[in-house]
Amino acid sequence: MVDFLEYEGKELFKRYGIPVPNFHVIRAPEDVPEFNGRMVVKAQVPTGGRGKRGGVRIVNSRDEAIKAIQEISQISFDGFKPEAFVLEDAVNVKRELYISVTLDRSVELPIVLASAEGGVDINSVPQEKIYRHAINPFVGVTQYLKRELSSFLGLSSEKAEQLGKILEGLYKIYDEMDASLAEINPLADTDSGLLALDSKITIEDDALFRHKDITPKYYILDPVEREAKEKGLAFVKLEGDIGIIANGAGLNMATIDLIALNGGKPADFFDLGGTDDPQKVVDALRLASKVTHKVLFVNIFGGVTKCDTVARGIVQAFKELKPSFKLVVRVRGANEDEGRRILEENGIRSLLNLDEAVKEVIRLAGE
Amino acid sequence: MAIILKENVPTIVQGITGHQGSFHAEQMKIFGTNIVGGVTPGKGGTTVKGVPVFNSVSEAIRNTGARASVVFVPAPFAFDSVVEAIDSGLELVTVITEHIPFHDMVKLKLYAKIRGARIIGPNCPGITSVGIAKHGIMPNSIFREGSVGVVSRSGTLTYEIVNTITEAGLGETTVIGIGGDQVVGTNMQEAVSMFEDDERTKAIVVVGEIGGTAEEETAELIKRKVTKPVVAFIAGRSAPPGKRMGHAGAIITGGKGTAQSKVEAFKSAGVAVASSPSEIPKLLKERLKL
Repeated sequence: MVDFLEYEGKELFKRYGIPVPNFHVIRAPEDVPEFNGRMVVKAQVPTGGRGKRGGVRIVNSRDEAIKAIQEISQISFDGFKPEAFVLEDAVNVKRELYISVTLDRSVELPIVLASAEGGVDINSVPQEKIYRHAINPFVGVTQYLKRELSSFLGLSSEKAEQLGKILEGLYKIYDEMDASLAEINPLADTDSGLLALDSKITIEDDALFRHKDITPKYYILDPVEREAKEKGLAFVKLEGDIGIIANGAGLNMATIDLIALNGGKPADFFDLGGTDDPQKVVDALRLASKVTHKVLFVNIFGGVTKCDTVARGIVQAFKELKPSFKLVVRVRGANEDEGRRILEENGIRSLLNLDEAVKEVIRLAGE
Repeated sequence: MAIILKENVPTIVQGITGHQGSFHAEQMKIFGTNIVGGVTPGKGGTTVKGVPVFNSVSEAIRNTGARASVVFVPAPFAFDSVVEAIDSGLELVTVITEHIPFHDMVKLKLYAKIRGARIIGPNCPGITSVGIAKHGIMPNSIFREGSVGVVSRSGTLTYEIVNTITEAGLGETTVIGIGGDQVVGTNMQEAVSMFEDDERTKAIVVVGEIGGTAEEETAELIKRKVTKPVVAFIAGRSAPPGKRMGHAGAIITGGKGTAQSKVEAFKSAGVAVASSPSEIPKLLKERLKL
């Protein structure tokens, strides 16, 4: 997933006709212009709740803005330092509304979510206060949807027209940018009209081939997770000490669950995927060894990925890495005999039965 | 009988000249699937593993009478290939390809419905009706003809589970991997419903995982209309929230889609929930009173 920072989302909003307050993007104190009146300084961080942690400040002069930026730069937001700031016109907000377009997995259609109780996490808003309306992508945003939505949010006819345009823009962003979430929270209801005060846009990695202009930035703190992401590997760091590699996401999750169920602590989720290249197995072991403390468990059900391919990769990786941890290999399925023979010739014991392999992992982890 | 793949329909492979396409075309033939051709634009007139290649789906249909396809086309071109398959009149399109944007799937699913076609997948191992045909990439060796219907959101975990069912002396009618994405052509509820209606299927195994609400909705369906014994397995009980566990659809968001919620939903519907793959055949035998 590619998350846009607030200002990146707002630049998109401007392109799609969604009104936003006038703003400047500040990367260094010298970028701050002279100004009159009230403005807001906002930390650009890929995480929520920045206001509560002092990442949003009202300022009345250039000097105040610079001071605010210097102070906010010292704050850690879930481990992230602000890489830029937005300096924008302060707005007199009468009401904070919420509107977003996302995928509803249950109806398998895009859905508009809206609420008159914006400015907070939508998951904390009671269901009866959320308006939900699925959109058929072959139909798009209809006039009646706009009428229903405006009436739900209690908007005047003038603002209803503005909301209609905002909804169209937001849906277009969802559709044209392949967003999984296009959110305005809050959408400010002001005397002079509606204004998007914040933005949250998330683009699916799968759709990036259509958006060559987007350079994906991934906000991942864990260095091993970041390395895996850059290499396109499905890896999630967990808290335990038993390294896991399995082929396939479902088998991987089941493996982790089995380890945990039997009292072990998995160190990672790591899907080797389908491969016929032993080098990919070597790379996987190299990465997994960075989070493994006691035992590494390789669980393979051979299909597209053959057991002998995995065995060759494991043997090579162990020659290169000379790890201090122990290894348990379970191979089953395509070319299991050949895989087991290769492992055995190199002094690596393998098991066929998953339950027995898990028991062996737990036993070794307890030593 | 079986579900969906009830007969060995003439089938083409879209993307047959690719590495995966050619390998699995041959594996499907070995299984006994009626593979009559392949499609790769620009490669018409050649053959792959003895299978004639055509430039378009309609050309393949004219020459072979194909009624179904298995799609291995890379994600950026998959939308177009599936639309071509549907436009050309194929009834069943099984999409193996991973990483198709869900925006494309939302549209493809609606389009298939309008045109009366069925999509299985994407990001799935396909469907196997034991003794009839295999569309997809499941290993040929794990099956045995029997009376258990299996529906799963996973690939290799499905093989693991089917293998335990086979080794326990039970066997399968149809095994369908519906795919690990957020939007899939044929969903869990439809598969369970079809297994309920299938005469030869005596018990149903549902392999779910974290993310979405398909399992909860399936549990509701089971309460309402399923009379056959159902055994479920849910992967991802120890997965942390907010992290995508390999599959695009396997993510807990806003507190929704937890394994716990799914396990509870199934239990309240009278479904036996296995805590490990190897427990599944035991629970099946119990429920089937074998």
